[in-house]
Amino acid sequence: MTARTRRVVNRVMGGLTALAAGLVILPLLLIFGFLLFQGASAVNVDFFTHLPKPVGEDGGGMANAIIGSLILVGLAACLGLPIGILGGVYLAESRDRRMPWLVRFLADVLNGVPSIVIGIFAYALVVLPMRRFSALAGAVALAVIMLPIVVRTSEELVRLVPSSLREAALALGIPEWKVILRVVLPTARAGIITGVMVAVARVAGETAPLLFTAFGNRFWHQGLDQPIAALPLQIFAYAIAPYDDWHRQAWAGALVLIGMVFIVSLAARVATRGRFSGVR
Amino acid sequence: MVDGIQVTGVNAWFGSVHVLKGIDLAMAPKAVTAIIGPSGCGKSTFIRCLNRMHEVVPEARVSGTVLVEGEDVYAAGVDPVQVRRRIGMVFQRPNPFPTMSVFDNVAAGLRLAGMRRRADLQEAVERALRQAALWDEVKDGLDKSGTSLSGGQQQRLCIARALAVDPAVLLMDEPCSALDPIATARIEELILELRGALTIVIVTHNMQQAARVSEATAFFLMGELVEFGVTRELFTNPRDKRTEDYITGRFG
Repeated sequence: MTARTRRVVNRVMGGLTALAAGLVILPLLLIFGFLLFQGASAVNVDFFTHLPKPVGEDGGGMANAIIGSLILVGLAACLGLPIGILGGVYLAESRDRRMPWLVRFLADVLNGVPSIVIGIFAYALVVLPMRRFSALAGAVALAVIMLPIVVRTSEELVRLVPSSLREAALALGIPEWKVILRVVLPTARAGIITGVMVAVARVAGETAPLLFTAFGNRFWHQGLDQPIAALPLQIFAYAIAPYDDWHRQAWAGALVLIGMVFIVSLAARVATRGRFSGVR
Repeated sequence: MVDGIQVTGVNAWFGSVHVLKGIDLAMAPKAVTAIIGPSGCGKSTFIRCLNRMHEVVPEARVSGTVLVEGEDVYAAGVDPVQVRRRIGMVFQRPNPFPTMSVFDNVAAGLRLAGMRRRADLQEAVERALRQAALWDEVKDGLDKSGTSLSGGQQQRLCIARALAVDPAVLLMDEPCSALDPIATARIEELILELRGALTIVIVTHNMQQAARVSEATAFFLMGELVEFGVTRELFTNPRDKRTEDYITGRFG
């Protein structure tokens, strides 16, 4: 191969990979642009501060759904993240062979279960015994969806921490649980947070599992044992309604939902940023 | 009290592979003992048996007695965590904790042993860094990342981290194999300075290094201790043919 052809091939392959990288972010940019175009006009102060207006009345907002989504996702994170991260640590650190294999396999299966099925599960587990739809039931459904994502990414990231660091800490006479808490997890922190944010973003947009758990609500939050509004539910309801101003509000809701996920992941990164980086 | 390290009948396995076969060895207190031998002869495994790090590897087993300053580290009821607090270890590759500053790296063992007062920590960290001949180079950047230092500095940081908890023994597992000759020379100087303060056991592939820094040398071959004696004698007048072959480079 001559120097000339080598340069040409290099340039062509370099261009192709750059093009592929561009195509990866293209859908996100298009979605964002489209939402801005369709929904930006309906995003105003009222949208963030007011309840929905009855059909036919102008104005109103989705404040209850925004708060509802924050409560649902926050509660789901409180339920799902500790279990998920600890489970991931177990999978990565356990010396046992069979049990981690089984958990890993089942977590991957759970990851593939359609979210509406998980909704039915939460319905049977929480809604039926409580005899009503509730924020709690919605949060349980979302937490179950988060679990496999958090478990698997935590495991991968804990595994990436070099064993030389574990040995250094053990050789200092640090007990194993402290080694995990003070050395392994901080080293894996940045990556685990990425995994957590992926899980949060994923459940923030889930609609199907909320249909018969959180159910939706036209009013403000009334307690965790009561039905609660959620942005995806409200977007769904407004989008299939035959009114133009509701459609506009549905677009605005979608825009706000994406914005919220964006801000929450940015905030989580800044708030938990260590001074020095570990494994990413 | 018996000083130093007395090893009697130590056997070690990885699964069913017998990697150390009946080792008896007495290492003098506050002196440097070098362990030499070809790759896979069990020298690293041997020093990892001294601070109970061998058993950290899955399926690894040890039998025998190891007396460190008269106490059997494998006696029933002995907590390996406590054993490791008295025996520092330095590894082949520098491994400072990447999420911690230079200061926090050195303070890690002290903090976990319960030292909380800032002034105490500062004093102990400075002492350890001076002992590791690193203080002058890092005193203005104690809050920088430990991994921002050069390879040789990182290794001295790891030595300081091990020295900070004031161990009776320092184990060094090929501490210079990832370093250039200048950094290696600094570590060797350091070993000579530390001699007399604590018992040092160093594994090395470099026979000149063993000759330069140690008082006694043990030659391991295929999991067995072939010869152990005063360093100068072992290198100039080996008793065993296999030792002679190895140190003259005629081996294998």
